[in-house]
Amino acid sequence: MRYIVLLIALLTPISGSAQEWEDRRLFGASDQISLTILSSTDTSFFAPIIDDFIASNPNTSVEYLVTGTADLERTFRAAPDRFDVVISSAMDLQLKLTNDGFAAPILAEDHPEWAQWHDRLFAFTSEPAAIVINRRTLGDLPIPQSRQDLIELLRGHPDRFQGRVGTYDVRQSGLGYLFATQDARASETYWRLMEVMGRVGAKLYCCSGQMIDDLRQGKLVVAYNVLGSYARKQAETSGDLLVILPSDFPITMMRTVLVSENAANPRRAESFVRHLLTVQAAGDPKVFPLPPLVGDYDNEAQRNINLDPALMTYLDQMKREAFVREWENAIVQDE
Amino acid sequence: MTADVIVSGSLRNRLAFILTGGAALLAVILYVAVRLLAAQVAQQGQDNILNASMSSVLDTALIRDGRVTVDFPYSSLSMLNTAADDRVFYAIYEGENLLSGYDWLILPRDVLSERTHFGTTTFRGDPLRVATGSRVLIGSDGPRTVSVSIAQTQDALSDTLYSSSRSVAFLGLGFFLMSSALALWAASTTSGQMRRLATSVTRRGPQDLSPVTKPVPSEMAPLVGSLNTFMSRLDHTLSQSEDFIAEAAHRIRTPLATVRSHAEATLQRVDRTENRKSLQAMVRAIDESSRAAGQLLDHAMVTFRAENLEVSEVDLADLLDELVLSMTPVAEMKDITITMTLDRPATLQGDAILLQNALRNLIDNALKYAPAETDVIVRVSKSPSLSVSISDGGQGFAVDEIETLPGRFVRGKNMGNKVGSGLGLTIAQEVAIAHGGKMTLSNRKEGGACVTLSF
Ligand SMILES: Nc1ncnc2c1ncn2[C@@H]1O[C@H](COP(=O)(O)OP(=O)(O)O)[C@@H](O)[C@H]1O
Ligand SMILES: [Mg+2]
Repeated sequence: MRYIVLLIALLTPISGSAQEWEDRRLFGASDQISLTILSSTDTSFFAPIIDDFIASNPNTSVEYLVTGTADLERTFRAAPDRFDVVISSAMDLQLKLTNDGFAAPILAEDHPEWAQWHDRLFAFTSEPAAIVINRRTLGDLPIPQSRQDLIELLRGHPDRFQGRVGTYDVRQSGLGYLFATQDARASETYWRLMEVMGRVGAKLYCCSGQMIDDLRQGKLVVAYNVLGSYARKQAETSGDLLVILPSDFPITMMRTVLVSENAANPRRAESFVRHLLTVQAAGDPKVFPLPPLVGDYDNEAQRNINLDPALMTYLDQMKREAFVREWENAIVQDE
Repeated sequence: MTADVIVSGSLRNRLAFILTGGAALLAVILYVAVRLLAAQVAQQGQDNILNASMSSVLDTALIRDGRVTVDFPYSSLSMLNTAADDRVFYAIYEGENLLSGYDWLILPRDVLSERTHFGTTTFRGDPLRVATGSRVLIGSDGPRTVSVSIAQTQDALSDTLYSSSRSVAFLGLGFFLMSSALALWAASTTSGQMRRLATSVTRRGPQDLSPVTKPVPSEMAPLVGSLNTFMSRLDHTLSQSEDFIAEAAHRIRTPLATVRSHAEATLQRVDRTENRKSLQAMVRAIDESSRAAGQLLDHAMVTFRAENLEVSEVDLADLLDELVLSMTPVAEMKDITITMTLDRPATLQGDAILLQNALRNLIDNALKYAPAETDVIVRVSKSPSLSVSISDGGQGFAVDEIETLPGRFVRGKNMGNKVGSGLGLTIAQEVAIAHGGKMTLSNRKEGGACVTLSF
């Protein structure tokens, strides 16, 4: 089955635009696609959820398309009628899409109020940004527990870390930009950290996946603002990886889903979203392998990024330009 | 009595109608006014926040390296967060050029004033409230105008309005119900005052013409006042005429007694048969007149005393003993035996003089209408209730007259040439009624009349 799907995926020239997907997978027996999901989440996390959905809705076939958060927003904005469900970790972009009228309303009274916006945008995970370390390459150096620790570590051993520190390229990654702006908003340690990382020639990544791969292979010693959920999954298979939530304040993102206002299959899209929220609430990790929603944390400083219109602040053209300029000044100083 | 009164409408209904109608009108006015006020207040609230947000954006506008930059804080938009997740749009212009934000959010033309401009527009059918303000920055190349518009949908506002409308509607309804209840209560207590007066007047005895002494509301005072005057005038007239009758009877009886004694004396001295005859007729006529006068007096006295009985404990048996004793000479003249069957003691609370008067009239009738050598039976029994009956062996009442005989001055067909005024049964009946009893006329099976007073 998988092979056939893969075969189809490889053989079918992607219709319409020459869009290149990070991944494209078809689920379900029927060859007539009845639900198109545009997502920034790795297929492996969503496969069990979609399988479960198809099990309770036979005769459904789902096309699951994966791309980066920034590209996802551009693609969807350009053709909102091509996709039924949009899933992204870039809360700000998702909120702006909803604000701009791209999302259709869904009644979800059981879903917590703080995890939905305007009856159209629904959060279904809580995922902190983490510091991920390769223990092997870190050697005998102390394990940093906070941003300040990390700053001191990098300052103290610039040669050990030269070219072996990674973080998101906020210019390419929507999620990276969200993490960076929220981080910068919360504390000025962010800018100091970026400066220090810039001095040791930090590598910039478009996506969490590649960053973790490089970590695992020992090309990186430490990666900053990585998606904890992805890193943990890798840490299960590789004992070297260590996922640390900064003890001062972990930025916590909520993955969100919306149904396109112009969806071709609005009914099925709505029932998929309901299904997704239901399995999230049920919390069976076999069906829902993503970290579930958390409202209250033991760590007082940890808080989900609020779903509110202020998320659009850093999406402002002028503010974005200014932020990226400052960020570049800090981290790309050597180039 | 009410049947003869021409009724037009009801004060109570009119009052209730006016009051509930007024309450309904007030409730509607209340609803509309509070709703308008709530809408105004809610809009004011949204405008204030939009203004604060807009100002906080505008405040951050400055010229850097010859370019206008606006680095507005996170709070500018986060303060616009509402429970209904209202959508937010903004646009930042330098002159006519969009710097950032939504290009469809076009500046109003008359924005170039110091004050914030508020307006309403729509975005894809959703109403938007827009606050726009502007500021002039002085650059090296001259003044540059920066304008900011912040727009927000009105979902939270309409939610608030809806819920406040609902509570105001409940308030209005509650107000209406409460004031209606109050109105009905007011109407019924007001009419209750009048009804109470009416029943207290209705419940009076026919002879009670005393003024209404219970306090009445001031609005009813004129009515009750004139009623009281009317009744006292009536009472005055009545007692005057009673007094007059009594006085008249007295004045007639005294000279009649004188005339009678003269006639009797003359009769002794006159021998001629025709003279004697006419003198005897004269004496009879005098007797009749003085008897009628006496009964008129008695009747007036009974009518007067019936209103204010001088109540004491009276033993009917003792009273009858005395009465029969005084009447025995008359009975003996006709060879009539008075038999008494007395259930002693037969006491009741009553006016001895009136009772004696009544019984004397009844025994008098029996002696008068029964033929000689018959028996008159006086009986007092205590069961089922206290009663006195006087029966005789005469021809009894004419059956078709029984109903009317107790009337004033009514005499029966069988009166023959017997002296009488037609007041005896009237007096007896009035006395019985004044004591809360009644008089029954009947004929005995073995012949003869039977009059029963039962108390
Ligand atoms: N004991 C009686 N027997 C027969 N008729 C009677 C008797 N008592 C009263 N009546 C009738 O009732 C009438 C009214 O009586 P009453 O009122 O006493 O008036 P009066 O005796 O002066 O005629 C009498 O005229 C008589 O016809
Ligand atoms: Mg008589």
